[in-house]
Amino acid sequence: MSDYNPNIPPKKRPFSLQLDPAKFEPATDEEKAQQEVMRESTTFFRDGMRKLFHNPLAVGSMIVLLVILVTIVIAPLIVPYSYSGMITVDGKRDKSAKNLPPFTYSKLEQQAIDNGETVFPHIFGTDELCRDYFIRVIYGARVSLSVGFFASLIVLIIGLLYGSIAGYAGGRTDLIMMRIVDIIYSLPDTLMVILLSVVLDQLLGQSLQNTALASIGPNMLSMFAVFGLLYWVGMARLVRGQILSIKNNEYVLAAQAMGAKPGRIIRRHILPNCMSVIIISTALQIPSAIFTESFLSFIGLGVQAPMPSLGSLANSARQALQAYPYKMIFPAVGICLIVLSFNLLGDGLRDAFDPKLRK
Amino acid sequence: MDMTERKRKERQLIATTVLALVIFAAGLLFLPILTEKILLGAVLVLIAGALFFTNNTGRYVCKRILLAFLTIFIIAAITFFTMNAIPGGPFSKEKAPSAAVQAVLEERFHLNEPVGKQFLLYLEGLMQGNFGISTKTGREISTTIFDSFSISAKLGGMAALLAIVLGVLLGSIAALNRAKAADRVIIFFTTLFVAVPSFIMATLLLLVFCLQLNWFPIFSTENQSYVLPVIALMLSPMSYITRLTKTSMLDVLGQDYIRTARAKGVKQWLVIFKHALRNALIPVITYVGPMTAYILTGSMVVESVFTTGGLGTKFVQGITNRDYPMIMGTTIFLAMLMVTATLLSDLVYKLVDPRIDFD
Amino acid sequence: MSEMPLLQVKNLHTSFFTDAGEVKAVNGISYNLDAGKVLGIVGESGSGKSVSAYSVLRILTDTGRVKEGEVLFKGENILKYSEQQMQKFRGSRISIIFQDPMTCLNPTFSIGSQLREAIRIHTDRNKEEIQARALEMLQLVGVNEPEKRLKQYPHELSGGMRQRVMIAMALACEPDILIADEPTTALDVTIQAQILELMQDLQRKLGMAIIMITHDLGVIADMCDEIIVMYGGKVCERGTADEIFYNPRHEYTKGLIRSIPRISEKHEKLIPISGSPVDLLNLPKGCAFAARCDHAMKICLEQPPEEVRVNDFHIAACWNNVKQMMDEAKDGEET
Repeated sequence: MSDYNPNIPPKKRPFSLQLDPAKFEPATDEEKAQQEVMRESTTFFRDGMRKLFHNPLAVGSMIVLLVILVTIVIAPLIVPYSYSGMITVDGKRDKSAKNLPPFTYSKLEQQAIDNGETVFPHIFGTDELCRDYFIRVIYGARVSLSVGFFASLIVLIIGLLYGSIAGYAGGRTDLIMMRIVDIIYSLPDTLMVILLSVVLDQLLGQSLQNTALASIGPNMLSMFAVFGLLYWVGMARLVRGQILSIKNNEYVLAAQAMGAKPGRIIRRHILPNCMSVIIISTALQIPSAIFTESFLSFIGLGVQAPMPSLGSLANSARQALQAYPYKMIFPAVGICLIVLSFNLLGDGLRDAFDPKLRK
Repeated sequence: MDMTERKRKERQLIATTVLALVIFAAGLLFLPILTEKILLGAVLVLIAGALFFTNNTGRYVCKRILLAFLTIFIIAAITFFTMNAIPGGPFSKEKAPSAAVQAVLEERFHLNEPVGKQFLLYLEGLMQGNFGISTKTGREISTTIFDSFSISAKLGGMAALLAIVLGVLLGSIAALNRAKAADRVIIFFTTLFVAVPSFIMATLLLLVFCLQLNWFPIFSTENQSYVLPVIALMLSPMSYITRLTKTSMLDVLGQDYIRTARAKGVKQWLVIFKHALRNALIPVITYVGPMTAYILTGSMVVESVFTTGGLGTKFVQGITNRDYPMIMGTTIFLAMLMVTATLLSDLVYKLVDPRIDFD
Repeated sequence: MSEMPLLQVKNLHTSFFTDAGEVKAVNGISYNLDAGKVLGIVGESGSGKSVSAYSVLRILTDTGRVKEGEVLFKGENILKYSEQQMQKFRGSRISIIFQDPMTCLNPTFSIGSQLREAIRIHTDRNKEEIQARALEMLQLVGVNEPEKRLKQYPHELSGGMRQRVMIAMALACEPDILIADEPTTALDVTIQAQILELMQDLQRKLGMAIIMITHDLGVIADMCDEIIVMYGGKVCERGTADEIFYNPRHEYTKGLIRSIPRISEKHEKLIPISGSPVDLLNLPKGCAFAARCDHAMKICLEQPPEEVRVNDFHIAACWNNVKQMMDEAKDGEET
């Protein structure tokens, strides 16, 4: 080893350096502590919220959804027209107000304006039955959103219960419950939705007459029934998988080993860890329910006329597409905007809260 | 037999099964030769296979095909019994206009038999490609289905192929240019397209390119332009595949074996198209099943909008006319296609990924 | 020093540009490697030892960039090579094996196809010759039943077997240098010894130089001609293995040696190094190790230590070493 020659030989001997001996005093702990720049420690939730609010797309879609929500709540209070009835001028039904372009008035209304009365403008014009189109689109959005919301709620409740029972119980119960889920999962869902809608529509249509539920319409109810029957399986699988994987995690075992009670384990370890995934999946369920609703409305299995939904409005606009393209545009933009916002919000939530994506 | 040899044999077995299934499905479509005896024999062979096959792959394939048969059987059962439950449905006795017609109907649908027997007779008919007779047009439903399906198959096939090819291509481009302009443009448009339901996309395309710009003629028997319907049908699945490919490509590009390939001196494009893409495509393969379902249901509305007269149009017409035998027949036929597609994509998935443990 | 060293790394700086800011992974390291020698690079995770090796082969992820410095291979700066030149260079002149053999082989290709690819890229042999070479390589690295292994997929092999395959792949084109990036960390202890023995054996047979990267000083003690200790992307101390072990001059090296378990001293407690690794996003202006150092002085916090020659076989960059040497010199003057 005598030929060893450390490379890059620095010729400097320590004495060539101009050094102050005072600096060779031991440093205190405080001085050392200043060196360690600690990064701010945050909780999972706060960190997620910070990430969410730093995501411009997620914030943008939240704002869009908020604006839509406020509009559909407030607009019916301001706009003096109903979604089902003809426009009336001075108590008379205005048959000249047919297929008006946006922001125009019918002959009768023009006369009324000339007489000094104020007539609320038809922001989106009117339809072929002399109804204000703006208020119909607003109600359509109300229907679509509530379908999406309630359908997701149904899916969440059934899926959560079923999945957590299967996950907790384990063993043979789990096996049988999941086989049922497997079979329902393998059914082509859209086809089954169509089929069940056709059937339930007929079945419920008669039994519902003269009940409080009749105003919601059999199609709407059958749609909820369909979601309750078919779409929960995805959620059930997700919940069960989450519970199983968390149950077998080292930190849960560690908590058990330290003597934590089951209640504490569920509250502190299992729930917070699967909640984020469940919330994200629910947020993404809403647009898919709105999609299905508009699809069914489009092929004539949607809400009961005269109740509009965005899908049924788009469908009826098809009849005179060339003459009145704007009737297509408004509900179409409505659906796309709502679905897009929920998709982006769901993506944002996933990026912010999904533990699997965190590093 | 040692492990490697066996694994190879198992893979050959799956490949053969996939091929056999394709031939079988084609035979089912064009030559309705299947009788209940052949089917029963096949099921028995499969059960025997699931029980007695020594290797996992064989058992898995048998189980998977049995599950597919079971799914189709369940769908047929649901369809039949729900349709039977409809008051005033196709099988009710008060519906027929005259006693003579009633007699013919009873003869044809075996209405005087018990419901269970009726179902068995219906199943027997199904196996021979006999889907019954339309109550509206009086034509054989199987003829209608097979005639109109050629259009739908052309449309759907082109859409599926384009969606996969373009989706994988765009997804790879986005992943390789992460956070650059190309990525942002691709992700912007695909996010948008995912949020647009196919019927809205179809209507907007029709409105802009057929009616306003006159670039494409409206679909007719002399003028079969598939361009717009195919675009309307493929944009959404293409966008989904793009996003899927991008995510999984980014995941794969961060894997250690990609670094190994680069360290070996493999050319950059070979690293991407040989080492990365093969692994990145695995999630895309699993999407092929759901995509088939999406395209088949999507074609219902797209065909209606463009009036191409395919199977989708016939189905929607059936719903509008409450032509129950037609709805039943089409539902079962489409369900068979979807179940077969899911089965194929599951098997191909196992074939491509050697890590999958067969169970 | 008259002959040119095989590999010269001069003042290498590598950073990763992330959303959170610039992560300075390597901050000016230099070393030489002569043909047929073994160089050990030791440091804990985040010390920049792996990144310095990846910089040499230019296989950093897209956020990483070599900011400054030269890498001379036989006198040629390979950082100036085009990507095409680099592709020819990787695997044929310098090869690398990685830490985790579980994830380093492509799961969807057979062992044989990955091994044959490594051979095919850098030679113009025909199919039969490539196949023969692949078999020969597997035999060389001690894989049993090589013909069968060629047809198998990575997940069918054990961790030790896969690491042997990785070594076979790396050595297939007879490179001048093999970089081993923690080759045994992910393996069982018994397998670790086998792999190290194999590498020593191959080094004797094939005569290539090895850069051995590890966090475990004990592992490489008897195989390295020279050892470099890294912390915070900088060299703390370098010298022969004997010097580093028996005459450590940097407080970090001393800490590392104290934390190695020994069988001889039964009741001696292991002394861990307290604190956590330095944050590469915000490097301190003084010595990177100062905050965790028991003997830190005021100067350590203010000024980065310079590399000072302790003796012919040893260089250290620690102010405590400087103080020790000054005290020794003063004592010498007084007596």
